Amino acid sequence: MTATPAPGKPPTVSTARLLRRTAANVAFKVFCITVTVVALLALAAILWSLLSQGLGGLNLEVFTKSTPAPGSAGGLANAITGSILMCLLAMVLASVVGVLAGTWLAEYAGKSRYGSVVRFLNDVLLSAPSILVGLFVYELLVAPFKGFSGFAGAVALALLAVPVITRTTEDTLSLQPATLREAGVALGAPLSFIIRTVLWRSAQSGMLTGGLLAFARISGETAPLLFTALNNQFFSLDLSHATANLPVVIFQFALSAYDDWRRLAWAGALLIAAAVLGVTVLARAIAKEPRRS
Amino acid sequence: MSDAAISNALARRSRPRGAFVAQIFEGVCFAAATALLATLGGLLISLFIGGWPAFRRFGLSFFTTSTWNPVIDVYGAAGPIIGTLVTATIALLLSLPIAGGVAFFLTELCPARLRRPIGTAVELLAGIPSIVYGMWGLFVFAPLFAKYVQMPLMMAATPGSLLEKLTTGVPNGSGIFSASIILAIMILPFMAATLRELLQTVPAAVRESAYGLGATTAEVVMTVTLPYVRAGAIGAVMLGLGRALGETMAVTFIIGNSHGMPSSLFDSGSTIASTIANEFTEATSPVHTAALIALGFILFVITFAVLALARLLLRNAEQRL
Repeated sequence: MTATPAPGKPPTVSTARLLRRTAANVAFKVFCITVTVVALLALAAILWSLLSQGLGGLNLEVFTKSTPAPGSAGGLANAITGSILMCLLAMVLASVVGVLAGTWLAEYAGKSRYGSVVRFLNDVLLSAPSILVGLFVYELLVAPFKGFSGFAGAVALALLAVPVITRTTEDTLSLQPATLREAGVALGAPLSFIIRTVLWRSAQSGMLTGGLLAFARISGETAPLLFTALNNQFFSLDLSHATANLPVVIFQFALSAYDDWRRLAWAGALLIAAAVLGVTVLARAIAKEPRRS
Repeated sequence: MSDAAISNALARRSRPRGAFVAQIFEGVCFAAATALLATLGGLLISLFIGGWPAFRRFGLSFFTTSTWNPVIDVYGAAGPIIGTLVTATIALLLSLPIAGGVAFFLTELCPARLRRPIGTAVELLAGIPSIVYGMWGLFVFAPLFAKYVQMPLMMAATPGSLLEKLTTGVPNGSGIFSASIILAIMILPFMAATLRELLQTVPAAVRESAYGLGATTAEVVMTVTLPYVRAGAIGAVMLGLGRALGETMAVTFIIGNSHGMPSSLFDSGSTIASTIANEFTEATSPVHTAALIALGFILFVITFAVLALARLLLRNAEQRL
C-alpha cells in the first residue's frame, strides 16, 4: 500500500470520507442560513413593533404640543426641539475639534509615537461606554455649576461624536493622492494652505459622511443625557437650564404606568429610529456618489 | 551682531507670509489632537476623584460585598460587577455563533442579488439606538419570554436539580438572562457587519485556490478564510464585548434592577451601567454619589482593557493587509 490516494484505494473509504465532508458542509450551510434567517426575523420583529406601536401614537400633536401630565393630551415638541438644538450644537463643537484632530493625524503626525498613541486612544474612545462620558461631563460641567443644562448635554454628545469625526477625517485625508499635495508644494504653497484649500475640498464628501454618521450616533444616545441635560417639562429654547430631549423622555415615559405616556414613548422611539436610519442612508448615498472631477 | 543672529534674522525675513499661518494651523491641529488625549485622561481622573470617597470608605469590601443600601449608606459593588460580566459574557456566547453564521452566509453562500440588500440591512440595524432595543425587550420580548420559556422551564425543573437552581425567580420576563438575550440581539448586527467586512479582505486568490483544491464551503471558511482574519476577528468580538459591557439602556429596561448578587439566571439583577442610570440623579447622599462614580471607574477600567486589546488585534490585522 502506498500513502498516495491512488485509484486502487478501496472505494468505500473515500465514499465514507466524502459523505462525511459533504454532511459537514451541508450542516454548515444549513446552520448559516438558519441563523441568518433567525437574525433577520428578530430584527424585523423589532422594526415591526416599532412601526406598529409608533405609528399609532404619531399625530400632529406630537410635533406641536409639549410633554403632557399623565392623562392629558400632549406631544413631544419640547423634546424634539431640545434634541435638535443639543445635537446641532454638539455637531458644531465636534466638527471643529474632530476635523482638526483628524487633519493633524493624517497630515502632521506621520509615524510619530505621539501620533500613534492619539490614534489608538481615539479608537478606544470611539467605543467607550457613553454613560461614562455622561458621568465625566456631570463632574466637569454640572456639579461645579450646580445645575443640569442643555449645554452640558451638548458637550457630552460632542465628546461622543469627536472620535467618529476624527477617524473618518483621518481616513479620507489619507486616501487623497499624494500628487495633490505635491502639486501644491510645487506652487510654493505652505502645507496648511494646501490642506485648507485643496485637501479638505477634495475630501469633503468623505468628511461629510463621517459627520452624518456621528450625527446618527449621537441623536439616539440616552445614557449621557440622563445626568447632563436631564429633562424639562416645558418648551424652551434656552440651553442653560435642564433641557427636554427625546431619548430621556422616551426612557421616562416608557417606564411609566400610563398608557398615553407609553404611546408617546413609542412614537418618539419611532421618530428617533427613523431619523437615525434616514441620516445613515443619506451618509451612505453621499459616500457612494462618484467624486466630481 | 553675531553671524548666527544675522542668518537667523535673514531666515526669518525670507519666510513667506503664509509660513506664520502654517505654524498656527499646525499648532491648532495639534491642540485638537491633544484635546482628545486630555478627554480620555480627564475621564479617568475625574471618575477616580469622584469615586475616591467610596473606595477609601469601603476599601476592598467595595469589590467583594454585595450589600447596596442607601438607607444605611453602605455600598458593595459585587452585585453590579458580576451582573455586568455575566450578562456581557452570555450575550457574547449567544451572539457570536449567529454573527459568524450571518457573516459566512453573506460572504460565501448568499446569492449575489441578495448580498447587498441583506448586508446593508445588517449595517443599518447596527445603528438603531439601544433604547429601541430596550423598549422592545420590555414590552414585546419579556411577556413572550415569560410565557414560553421561563414558565415551562421552571415547571420542568425538578426540585434540587441544577436547572432548578438556574431558573428560580419571578417569571415576569425580566432578569439576567433576558437582559443577556436583548444585549445579544443588539450587538449581533454590529459584530456580523464587522466580521463580514473582515472576511471580505481575504484575497480572492486565497479562497479560490482552496476551492480549486476541492475544499467544501465549510472547509474553506474553517481552514482558510477564518484563520486568515483570525486576529481581526478576535478584535471584532472583543469590540462587541466592549459594547455589551458598557451598554446602558437596553439593559436598564429589562434586567429588573435589583441590587445584591443575582442568585439565578432568571433572577433580577443589575449591571454597573444600569445602576448608574437608575440612581445617579436620585442619589441620596455624597457617599451614594461617590459609590456610583466609583462603579463608573470600575466599568471604565474593564472596558478600557477589553477595547484596548480589541483595537490592538484589529490594528495588527489592518497592518497585515
